[in-house]
Amino acid sequence: MAAVLESLLREEVSVAAAVRWIARSAQSSEDDPGEAAALRSLRPLRKEFVPFLLNFLREQSSRVLPQGPPTPAKAPGSSAALPGRPGGPSRGGRGARSQLFPPAEPSSAAAAEAPPARRGGRRRGPGPGRERGGRGPGGLEEGVGGESPPWAAGRRRRSSGSPGSPGRARSDPPNLSNLEEFPPVGSLPPGPAGTKPSRRINPTPVSEERSLSKPKTCFTSPPISCVPSSQPSVPDTSPWGHGLPPGCRSLQEEREMLRKERSKHLQQSPTPACPTSESGSPLPSRTGNLTAEAADPARVSSRQRLELIALIYSSCIAENLVPNLFLELFFILQLLTARRMVAAKDSDLEPTPGAPDSLESPLFQSVHDCVFFAVQVLEHQFDKGTLKLLAENERLLCFSPALQGRLKAAYEGSVAKVSLAMPPSAQAVSFQPETDNRANFSSDRAFHTFKKQRDVFFEVLREWEDRHEEPGWDFEKGLGSRIRAMMGQLSAACSHSHFVRLFQKQLLQMCQSPGGTGGTVLGEAPDVLNMLGADKLGRLRRLQERLVAPQSSGGPCPPPTFPGCQGFFRDFILSASSFQFNQHLMDSLSLKIRELNSLALPQPEPSDEDGESDVDWQGERRQFAVVLLSLRLLAKFLGFVAFLPYRGPEPPPTRELQDSILALRSQVPPALDVRALLQQGLRARRAVLTVPWLVEFLSLADHIVPLLDYYRSIFVVLLHLHRSLVLSKESEGEMCFLNKLLLLAVLGWLFQIPTVPEDLFFLEEGQLDAFEVDTVPSEHGLDGMPVVDQHLLYTCCPYIGELRKLLASWVSGSSGRSGGFVRKITPTTTTTGLGAQPPHTTQGLQAQLAQAFFHNQPPSLRRTVEFVAERIGSNCVKHIKATLVADLVHQAESLLREQLVMQGQDGGDPAQLLEILCSQLCPHGAQALTRGREFCQKKSPGAVRALLPEETPAAVLSSAENIAVGLATEKACAWLSANITALIRREVKAAVSRTLRAQGPEPAARGERRGCSRACEHHAPLPSHLISEIKDVLSLAVGPRDPEEGISLDHLEQLLGQLGQTLQCRQFLCPPAEQHLAKCSVDLASLLVADQIPVLGPPAPRGLERGQARRLLHLLLSLWKDGFQVPVPLQLLLSPRNVGLLADTRPREWDLLLFLLRELVEKGLMGRPEIEACLGSLRDAQWPKDFSEELATLFNLFLAEPPMPEPQLRACELVQTNRGTVLAQS
Amino acid sequence: MILTKAQYDEIAQCLVSVPPTRQSLRKLKQTFPSQSQATLLSIFSQEYQKHIKRTHAKHHTSEAIETYYQRYLNGVGRNGSAPVLLELANEVDYAPSLMARIILERFLQDHEETPPSKSVINSMLRDPSQIPDGVLANQVYQCIVNDCCYGPLVDCIKHAIGHEHEVLLRDLLLEKNLSFLDEDQLRAKGYDKTPDFILQVPVAVEGHIIHWIESKASFGDECSHHAYLHDQFWSYWNRSCCSHLATRSSARLQTDQH
Repeated sequence: MAAVLESLLREEVSVAAAVRWIARSAQSSEDDPGEAAALRSLRPLRKEFVPFLLNFLREQSSRVLPQGPPTPAKAPGSSAALPGRPGGPSRGGRGARSQLFPPAEPSSAAAAEAPPARRGGRRRGPGPGRERGGRGPGGLEEGVGGESPPWAAGRRRRSSGSPGSPGRARSDPPNLSNLEEFPPVGSLPPGPAGTKPSRRINPTPVSEERSLSKPKTCFTSPPISCVPSSQPSVPDTSPWGHGLPPGCRSLQEEREMLRKERSKHLQQSPTPACPTSESGSPLPSRTGNLTAEAADPARVSSRQRLELIALIYSSCIAENLVPNLFLELFFILQLLTARRMVAAKDSDLEPTPGAPDSLESPLFQSVHDCVFFAVQVLEHQFDKGTLKLLAENERLLCFSPALQGRLKAAYEGSVAKVSLAMPPSAQAVSFQPETDNRANFSSDRAFHTFKKQRDVFFEVLREWEDRHEEPGWDFEKGLGSRIRAMMGQLSAACSHSHFVRLFQKQLLQMCQSPGGTGGTVLGEAPDVLNMLGADKLGRLRRLQERLVAPQSSGGPCPPPTFPGCQGFFRDFILSASSFQFNQHLMDSLSLKIRELNSLALPQPEPSDEDGESDVDWQGERRQFAVVLLSLRLLAKFLGFVAFLPYRGPEPPPTRELQDSILALRSQVPPALDVRALLQQGLRARRAVLTVPWLVEFLSLADHIVPLLDYYRSIFVVLLHLHRSLVLSKESEGEMCFLNKLLLLAVLGWLFQIPTVPEDLFFLEEGQLDAFEVDTVPSEHGLDGMPVVDQHLLYTCCPYIGELRKLLASWVSGSSGRSGGFVRKITPTTTTTGLGAQPPHTTQGLQAQLAQAFFHNQPPSLRRTVEFVAERIGSNCVKHIKATLVADLVHQAESLLREQLVMQGQDGGDPAQLLEILCSQLCPHGAQALTRGREFCQKKSPGAVRALLPEETPAAVLSSAENIAVGLATEKACAWLSANITALIRREVKAAVSRTLRAQGPEPAARGERRGCSRACEHHAPLPSHLISEIKDVLSLAVGPRDPEEGISLDHLEQLLGQLGQTLQCRQFLCPPAEQHLAKCSVDLASLLVADQIPVLGPPAPRGLERGQARRLLHLLLSLWKDGFQVPVPLQLLLSPRNVGLLADTRPREWDLLLFLLRELVEKGLMGRPEIEACLGSLRDAQWPKDFSEELATLFNLFLAEPPMPEPQLRACELVQTNRGTVLAQS
Repeated sequence: MILTKAQYDEIAQCLVSVPPTRQSLRKLKQTFPSQSQATLLSIFSQEYQKHIKRTHAKHHTSEAIETYYQRYLNGVGRNGSAPVLLELANEVDYAPSLMARIILERFLQDHEETPPSKSVINSMLRDPSQIPDGVLANQVYQCIVNDCCYGPLVDCIKHAIGHEHEVLLRDLLLEKNLSFLDEDQLRAKGYDKTPDFILQVPVAVEGHIIHWIESKASFGDECSHHAYLHDQFWSYWNRSCCSHLATRSSARLQTDQH
């Protein structure tokens, strides 16, 4: 594997080719033949490459970065190492999760040699590790520089290149099973000088039977069932409850000691240590050392090599070739926020001279290198939720200002916010009258028994709520016998089903809210407040612990747990240990899962008007979230119960045993046909709903499950899906970004679960293809809709928040030193704790009352009320828009008009106008809330009344009405108060631009623009017809024409008459048509003046008589004056081209032109100066000499004309006899 | 007015290689006295446009342009007032307005330093008085007024017809008391592509549900319609008592059987 990396570093192979090589089996045609050859030889190693790369990076970073919590990640251990099982299914899973990616079956003989070495390491690793952890500082020191740990030896081997080391032959991967080197996330790695007693937080239980295996830890997180001290009062959150290995229990003492130790540290130096490094985080006392070393881009060593590796690493991430996206991001952020490097002078770490670019020299030689590498990768990858913190990281600015700019832009553009507000969910004990009905029971006895059981159940539940946090309280001891006694009474099958229904409903009700699922113990958050005044020692101590070790969901990849009230239900199932109960529960869970999974979730209507549809869409999204969370919860419990009989801490020790178990298990039909549901979900494009709950289900599977053909095929499909969810791809029909992110997060998490064999992720492509699912989108499914929001993502995957915490710790550590630990504690407690606090305000009480009310009523009542509230709330917004906002827009328009009148036509800068108007009008938006309230008050009750059955009791009805009013008001007011100003602004802006546009081109003409009279019947000829007719006349006049062609005088007059009618009616007239009509009429006039219109006459086509021409010109003049409402281009009459028409006539007729000019002036159509200007410019054109002279004469004549036209008319008529020459003489 | 396919084919048959002039249209009218001028012109225009689309490219090779320009220069050199450009266009079987544009562009290349922009050319074609050369201005004007299928005037006529039919359609809808949203209202709501009218309450015509109406105000030939849809439109319009509209417009109705 190293060979591949080296060939990359030597630039024999391009990164792009390498990524193609990893991602696909088929040779790509794009590959350079040389590269292809280089890679082909390495082909058998292909699927090992990614694990190798990841391990390589972890290993490298662990040397330089001992201070941050190393990202636990994967490392190939060896599955093939067990004798007698070469090529068998991986057994790595039975060992630590620290070995997620065991190398594939060794293909070389060297493999045979390697196992013993590793086994040895395994044997020794856990032992010393635990001891060191227990002993504290001294032991840790030893861990760094000492001889014994196998990883140290391995490292030396590699760095010195010493031949003959057993692992050398196949580039021995780091021994990831060693907790020292790859501690679970959340713990601190060893640091120098024994100052960091962090190890102990994740003690590794060692038991006899495990001595040959790696510690049973989730490689990404604290060991299962020894979950961190962050929830000390819930000693056991592991899925398997009290079946813990004894070693774990004994660790309690150690923890106790460590806590004391820690609190001492705490007193000595309030540390700005980060919340993420929490679990052990006495980074404290050495505050000086904590100072982050300033990272300097100029001090990066082997930049090119880092760039290359960063590029291939980020390509792997982008292509989803890594099992867990968030884990990798976490790792990158760790590198970015590395505070200082350790052991830089350690001789082991000296760069090997002479081979700077080979793998022999450490990759990260300094903090600078780490930061450089991290920034390089980040340039390719962002995580939305952490944009801001990233943007504020000064190292980023330093190494890549451009990236920081993009992050800032992305942050500002991001509307995603993580809010903790969720619909209040009833935490109170519910009562389900409809299942209480005697008719549902076979006998009175069963009925009464069940009633009693209900009481017992709730009694048990209440007791648990009150006492489960008390130290020393034990579920089994406290409640076990009562539960079993109760279960014993459930004799009849029907009683079981009743009880299961109750159980399931209660489960859904209590655990659906984020408080129930999100990793916080229910009721704990209020305690944080309450306990401030309490003097109970135990509580204070717990508070202290919380401050020292803020809440964490257990690193970026926690094992499956049953947080909060889920713990009650799990323990209940375990304590009851009733086969009947479990069977009924599975049946019931399966049914409910099927039901919810196929629930037709409403599709959003295509946004009608932006804005308001949000109101509805939010509701849909919330519904999706509720369904998704319910499904996840149900599936988790189904998985728990279904795999309960097979659970065990370890995979079977021998191949034979495993085979026989497999043979047995493959006979057992699955509790729920999840494969079919998954396939359906993919086909229907509902993966975003199906996959998250399926992941929950599978996360509780036992070790054998992934080996069963049935489930293996499911994993393969999921793997395929994972590979296909490339975040950067955004095409039509693709999944929405956040939907993808959710799926990637849950799948990534699943692939890191201890029971999932680590080799599963790196299956050969052939196997992948074989199971390819037909995902041709049949229709629009949920996947393409933005159903997942940031909040749901964080609720489902609280571990994503680890990224944020890591960055937050950097911010607080580097800039907020004085803020001390208050700053660092606050974010974690508020995000995970207080938000889930049940409301104690009157408002909250009201909500609880409403919930209680609904519990006692048929479900249809609730649906009705919610439906009414939803619709009325939405209508209310529309109502406000149509009334209040519309009024304001009218006001805006009239204000604007006043403004324009006052300021004259231009009115000033539109943006400024808008500002003025908005500042006047937006305050009125406050009325929206009052009016909205009135509207909901008025409309909701009627709707509720119409929809509820008539026999609904009056009190119920009025409560329902009130609740509907309240909900509708809340919904409407929430939207209005957030958006009313923006809405008014938007509408006013539109109105302003409308008004200004209308004001636009010819404001004067607008005023007098008139339509046709009321009596008009719109019988005038159509404008298109007229243009067409006039065009025919023009074409006839311009020619060419046949000798007999001509136009009758009547036709011309009729045409002008029709034009007059059309200009009067205007019904069909649009401005462009009118403009063309105006222009054509001017052309027609020019042809008349030049006597170019062939008139049909008794003899032959000829020119018009002068009188006829004048009559037609008069008609045109009056049309120009009164008919047209667009400007008539009269200056064209004096354009060189039109005047030039006269030049062609012999003899020339000037009198009509003079007549026309005079009339234009007289009718006020053109001013004298305008005409003079036109005539003046005419003289500039090139004319025949005689024509120029005549033109000049006309000009003089016109200029000489006194205002009184009468005598000149006669003069012209005189001229007529002698035509042009006479005119010239005069 | 309903035109059978056969009638349509017959008309189209007569239009092969006929110049788009007044004279051609007159002959057409004589051949088909029963058809209105508007119908014939519409069919003529569409057939001619298809013809131009097919042959457009060959008139725009640089050799062709050069040849045309030289022929034009020679022609006007001999006699500036003869219809040189129009005859040239007819001879090479190209639309006179389009020929005028080619020559004008070529002319401006010779006489201006910078190549003329499209808007300058369009403006000159709309108002040939702006053309610096008087002779060319007259030639261009002659082409434009004699072209019954292309040119700014024809464009304006088409636009006007479209507008008129929209108005007629609106009146008809109002008269029938059908509630609708027009294009402006639709655009204000943010629709990018809009039909002329969307019916707020769909109506059924001859068993077809009609959601929206689009008036194309041009002859609906085979290219745009299936024949049976055709009949549906026409019958719709006939029933709406507007034969005038029917002669010229084919309204495309979206029928939705689902």
